[in-house]
Amino acid sequence: MAKKESSLKNMLVALFVITAVSGGLLGLVYGMTKDAIAEVDLKKNQAAIEAVLNTGTPIERIEEAVVGELPCNLAYDAEGNLLGAAVKTYSNTGFNGRIELMVGILADGTINAVSVLSQSETPGLGANMVQPKFKDQFNGKNPESFNLKVKKDGGDVDAITAATISSRAFTGAVKLACDSFEAHKSEFMKGGTDHE
Amino acid sequence: MSNNLQTFTKGLIKENPILVLLLGCCPTLATTTSAINGMSMGLATTFVLIMSNLVISLLKGFIPDKVRIPCFIVVIASFVTIVQLVMQAYVPDIYETLGLFIPLIVVNCIVLGRAEAFASKNPVFPSILDGAGMGLGFTLALTVLGCIREFLGSGSIFGMGILPETANILVFILPPGAFICLGFVIAIVNKFKKESH
Amino acid sequence: MNNYTISGSPHVHSTENTQKIMCRVFLALVPALLVAIYYFGWYALRLTIVTVAACMLTEWIIQKFLIKGPLTINDGSAAVTGLLLAFNVPANLPIWMAIVGSVVAIGIGKMPYGGLGKNPFNPALVGRVFMLVSFPTAMTTWPQANPIFEKGFFADAITGPTPLGILKESGAGTLAEMGDMQFLDMVLGNRGGAFGEVCAIALLIGAIYLLIRKVIDWQTPLTILLTVFVFTGICHLIDHETFIAPWYHLVYGGLILGAFFMATDMVTTPMTVKGKILFGFGVGLITVVIRLWGAYPEGVSFAILIMNAFTPLINKAFKPQVFGVVKPSKK
Repeated sequence: MAKKESSLKNMLVALFVITAVSGGLLGLVYGMTKDAIAEVDLKKNQAAIEAVLNTGTPIERIEEAVVGELPCNLAYDAEGNLLGAAVKTYSNTGFNGRIELMVGILADGTINAVSVLSQSETPGLGANMVQPKFKDQFNGKNPESFNLKVKKDGGDVDAITAATISSRAFTGAVKLACDSFEAHKSEFMKGGTDHE
Repeated sequence: MSNNLQTFTKGLIKENPILVLLLGCCPTLATTTSAINGMSMGLATTFVLIMSNLVISLLKGFIPDKVRIPCFIVVIASFVTIVQLVMQAYVPDIYETLGLFIPLIVVNCIVLGRAEAFASKNPVFPSILDGAGMGLGFTLALTVLGCIREFLGSGSIFGMGILPETANILVFILPPGAFICLGFVIAIVNKFKKESH
Repeated sequence: MNNYTISGSPHVHSTENTQKIMCRVFLALVPALLVAIYYFGWYALRLTIVTVAACMLTEWIIQKFLIKGPLTINDGSAAVTGLLLAFNVPANLPIWMAIVGSVVAIGIGKMPYGGLGKNPFNPALVGRVFMLVSFPTAMTTWPQANPIFEKGFFADAITGPTPLGILKESGAGTLAEMGDMQFLDMVLGNRGGAFGEVCAIALLIGAIYLLIRKVIDWQTPLTILLTVFVFTGICHLIDHETFIAPWYHLVYGGLILGAFFMATDMVTTPMTVKGKILFGFGVGLITVVIRLWGAYPEGVSFAILIMNAFTPLINKAFKPQVFGVVKPSKK
């Protein structure tokens, strides 16, 4: 088959037709996958919140809020009582970039569970913060009785072997979440009942 | 017919895009941290290759020479975006681990290379075979690399644990391990190619 | 007939050969090895035997079965690589990791490039860095010095921090508290660390022997030590709280081992005096930057490897002038 001559008209027509068809096709695919993608995102967010606030009581309603500078999701049960909050917290003092955690704090201030949202610590050392052995030691601890500092600094947290800095950053982020939540907790208790 | 067969099989070993042509090394090095990641990346690229080869072969009489590269890129980018949207919707876990490297299939040299070198000069059916062969060769190389790196670095293959965690050689799931593995695999392939001649 | 290498005159007649040089390097490392065995007992001896044997065996297998070329195992370079590798790791490292490190040192760091004389990077350091990245926990859990006359030859190692590790994690304050009184311990080697690096005195004895025998030149080590001293000294003057005094940096970690025994490797470092000084300056600078601001507590091995990569460029930049040729004027 002979090639089309590279005249201005031919080039314009070719480019126009190809981009128009591509654009139309992409719009079609986007429309087909839009709902599925939104659902996946929603599920992921919800799963992360439920994972750190799983206490056996079903969560009826999730509400977005801000404690201090940290975004958080408040969870209420069927009677409208505040179950707890999933606080998104961070630390910039890790070995290698920002560490983002989600800390589930119950209404009385007890830490329920911690999940790691993103981290880029050294594999085999700081990256072991995602292991249950380290992060689950916070579960069920109340900052009032559990000193949120690594043992080397006089606290109660067992650091990851040979990764004190990452452990310290992780603990600091958890402490930030607890302190912020504690400072703003009273607003939400009331806020929760107001909605009734 | 034997000609068609050859068009298909040459991409697997003899002109394997990674191990022989050394095209598309960026996604190869970055996404082969585990066998499943390597294979997913390979299959995504294979899909794009087959579809872009098909479309470009169909359009080859319609596209003027001077604007062929922009036209090819638009076609390729469209298919990549389709792959990206579909993966995001239906296999979100794999989408998340491959992340940035899915949109980067657009600039993968193999895809544009096959469009320019083969599809724009050949009929539709051989172009599809060429895309499939090259894509599967790419997938094969990525899966093999992924298996080796996952086995040495995480002690498992396709997520099945084989070695205890203490026996992991972490460097193999980090960037330097990718270069070391690729180098040795290419050396072995060259050795066998030399002997078979 | 390609048995002879022809190079430009003048030629110097000498009885030096690889075997003799390697023999002297080996000898120079013996005092530090004895000190290590004194402090770490059976572990140090076992580790040394394993790495030396594994390095030699790897080289032999590759030459015999893969390259099928002449066997150069008797020149001792693989043995020296093994010894230096052992010097750079914790004495209580699991044996299989030491074997992996040795195989990598020879199988990736040396033989793929064509063997001795053609490797761009110091093989022992390639093995060491490979292990550091692969087994970070095992490679940063250091046994404390444990003199064999007090605890016995087979005593279990007690792990503890190295001075640089403490510095990285807790800051200069903690170290200063325990610092001054321990300076003598640091020099004698009674501290935690990789087993060959702990005793500065024993390493210096070996280094002086090599200097007298002219196996190594004084330019590279001196520039490295000076650069580290001056750079850390400036930091110390600016901020006493964060940065410790420069003399600690000289005896802590693997600086002396690296400066005298690895940064002087004939194959992987520059040939001319100017080049050596530039090389030493680079090593010192990178070491300090990694120690003070990097992720790892110690940076000597990374610094030497990075500068190894620059060696061909440095050699090109500081080519010795060809004898008897007048430089064309720049007009």
